[in-house]
Amino acid sequence: MSKIAKAFAGGKAFIPFITCGDPDMKTTAAVVRAAAANGADLIELGIPFSDPTAEGPVIQGANLRALEGGATTDKVFALVRELRKDVTVPMVFMTYANVVFSYDAEKFIATCGEIGIDGLILPDLPYEEKEEFLPLCRQYGVDLISLIAPTSENRIAMIAREAEGFIYLVSSLGVTGMRSEIKTDLASIVKVIRENTDVPCAIGFGISTPEQAGKMAAISDGAIVGSAIIRLLEQHGKDAPQYVGEYVKSMKDAILPFNQ
Amino acid sequence: MTNPNGRFGIHGGQYIPETLMNAVIELEQAYNHYKNDPQFCAELSELFNEYAGRPSRLYYAAKMTADLGGAKIYLKREDLNHTGAHKINNVLGQALLAKKMGKTRLIAETGAGQHGVATATAAALMGMECVVFMGEEDTKRQALNVYRMRLLGAEVIPVKTGTATLKDAVSEAMREWTSRIADTHYCLGSVMGPHPFPTIVRDFQAVISKEIKEQMRQKEGRLPDAVIACVGGGSNAIGSFYHFIEDEGVRLIGCEAAGRGIDTFETAATISTGRIGIFHGMKSYFCQDKFGQIAPVYSISAGLDYPGVGPEHAYLHDIGRAEYVAVTDEEAVQAFEYLARTEGIIPAIESAHAVAHAMKLAPTLGKDKIIVITISGRGDKDCAAIARYRGEDIHE
Repeated sequence: MSKIAKAFAGGKAFIPFITCGDPDMKTTAAVVRAAAANGADLIELGIPFSDPTAEGPVIQGANLRALEGGATTDKVFALVRELRKDVTVPMVFMTYANVVFSYDAEKFIATCGEIGIDGLILPDLPYEEKEEFLPLCRQYGVDLISLIAPTSENRIAMIAREAEGFIYLVSSLGVTGMRSEIKTDLASIVKVIRENTDVPCAIGFGISTPEQAGKMAAISDGAIVGSAIIRLLEQHGKDAPQYVGEYVKSMKDAILPFNQ
Repeated sequence: MTNPNGRFGIHGGQYIPETLMNAVIELEQAYNHYKNDPQFCAELSELFNEYAGRPSRLYYAAKMTADLGGAKIYLKREDLNHTGAHKINNVLGQALLAKKMGKTRLIAETGAGQHGVATATAAALMGMECVVFMGEEDTKRQALNVYRMRLLGAEVIPVKTGTATLKDAVSEAMREWTSRIADTHYCLGSVMGPHPFPTIVRDFQAVISKEIKEQMRQKEGRLPDAVIACVGGGSNAIGSFYHFIEDEGVRLIGCEAAGRGIDTFETAATISTGRIGIFHGMKSYFCQDKFGQIAPVYSISAGLDYPGVGPEHAYLHDIGRAEYVAVTDEEAVQAFEYLARTEGIIPAIESAHAVAHAMKLAPTLGKDKIIVITISGRGDKDCAAIARYRGEDIHE
């Protein structure tokens, strides 16, 4: 069983997203530890990118603050090395194809394997382009996470059959960010996914409240939350770890009742 | 020139969110169907000729030729097209295609505003809704074009993120497209972005080189020795080059914006200073730092102020078929003034980059040689900015 699969073995997973270096690496480390201590099953670490085309204004802001604060890929690797001394929860990177490609894809993915990064989410790397990095991911034991969107339709089965680690099901059209309501018929997408793979499926984009997380967990294997956490960092800066910890606990508590 | 996966050598591809994949697949299928449909071709041809004013003139610049004392110079007058630039060629093609696909809304990015104006124009003509994303910085540099778009019924959204220029307008248009696909076509303005855009835009712009070839045969009975065009994303350049790619004797020269110089950070010369990367849906050359962060670029020309270049140009560079040179702000402004005084033609500051290089090249060639410069647009929009560059404070 891959380390990512273990994150889902104990029931519905709660997956927080944190942009590394927002506002600084020391705060990120404290936020990750707070999330892990409060029940996060898997943590998505964002490596900032100058032009994050899949992100809404909140996460764009985090990318900008992190880069202005001097965050680099090397500093993110150093952060993970430090965290891995005591944090055992599975961790994946979320970034953009150019961050991996321009670092030298082999050097980047080999480093992920070496420092204990379990997967890689690249929102601008669809099924058609995954060969760009998949052979290297296999070589170094890093799961390349597949995304499925409300518009995937006839592509769902094809993507699901080759998925590794977990499937990131995008809840809504558009970019990341909080939404008051998620209208997509996700249950029917999950049904097609289940018919084609045993790989767990977590839903992200637009989830911010415990109620929404519960609804998503009820129809899938977990909920991913980004913008709502980034908002806490935006509001509280270096004091954010405590608030993120409390928030993660409230979300984890909300999805627990949906465990069979 | 494209392989089935939208690759030009190693460049191109479809590096976009899954949310958009079915949209680009649907677009490719529709394009492959309509490009060979006689009725579609007849309608587009009618729009090109009767509405846009094609074919555009191939003008022999006698005074410029005599003044520079070398190669014979012809100007391909895309500036005479309706809306004042080559952008209308691509926009009429895409708008007609979108309409056939049942789309009712066009969105577009724009830098100098020429593509935005062209898109707003086509939307007005075809009764479609239109939203144009434009960097806030560019809305200030090109205020007149903002007004033109609004006059044509389009909504102009100033983009405040990042460097608030063309790349940010592209990012924001992509974000908008992921949120509203069913009724909306993203009318991309250059030979960039994910497949099939670089191919579709090239095919609609290829009318430029098709006409140059015919007009050259009529006027000179032979092919030119060099074709020169400016390159931002590269749509007027690829349009000017395309039908000459197989004619090895024709030099193809793309002129990038060097801004304050390629040895400074204030440049937009992607092939001269960038390296290979993946951004805005394509693999190509980009101005970026060692960690792949896209660099803030600079040029006096809002239309060339982009940190990447279309994948087919990257490929033509790799195989050595086309040459790419860098032209500074100062050289472009001098060429802008020179063409105005010498031929009575005010070129767009973008096109002035191509004129500037031709001014260096022509004197080095014999009088039996022929150069074609594509004047991609007219320069009315640039007059206030160039006056300011020269220290005259005029307001529109």
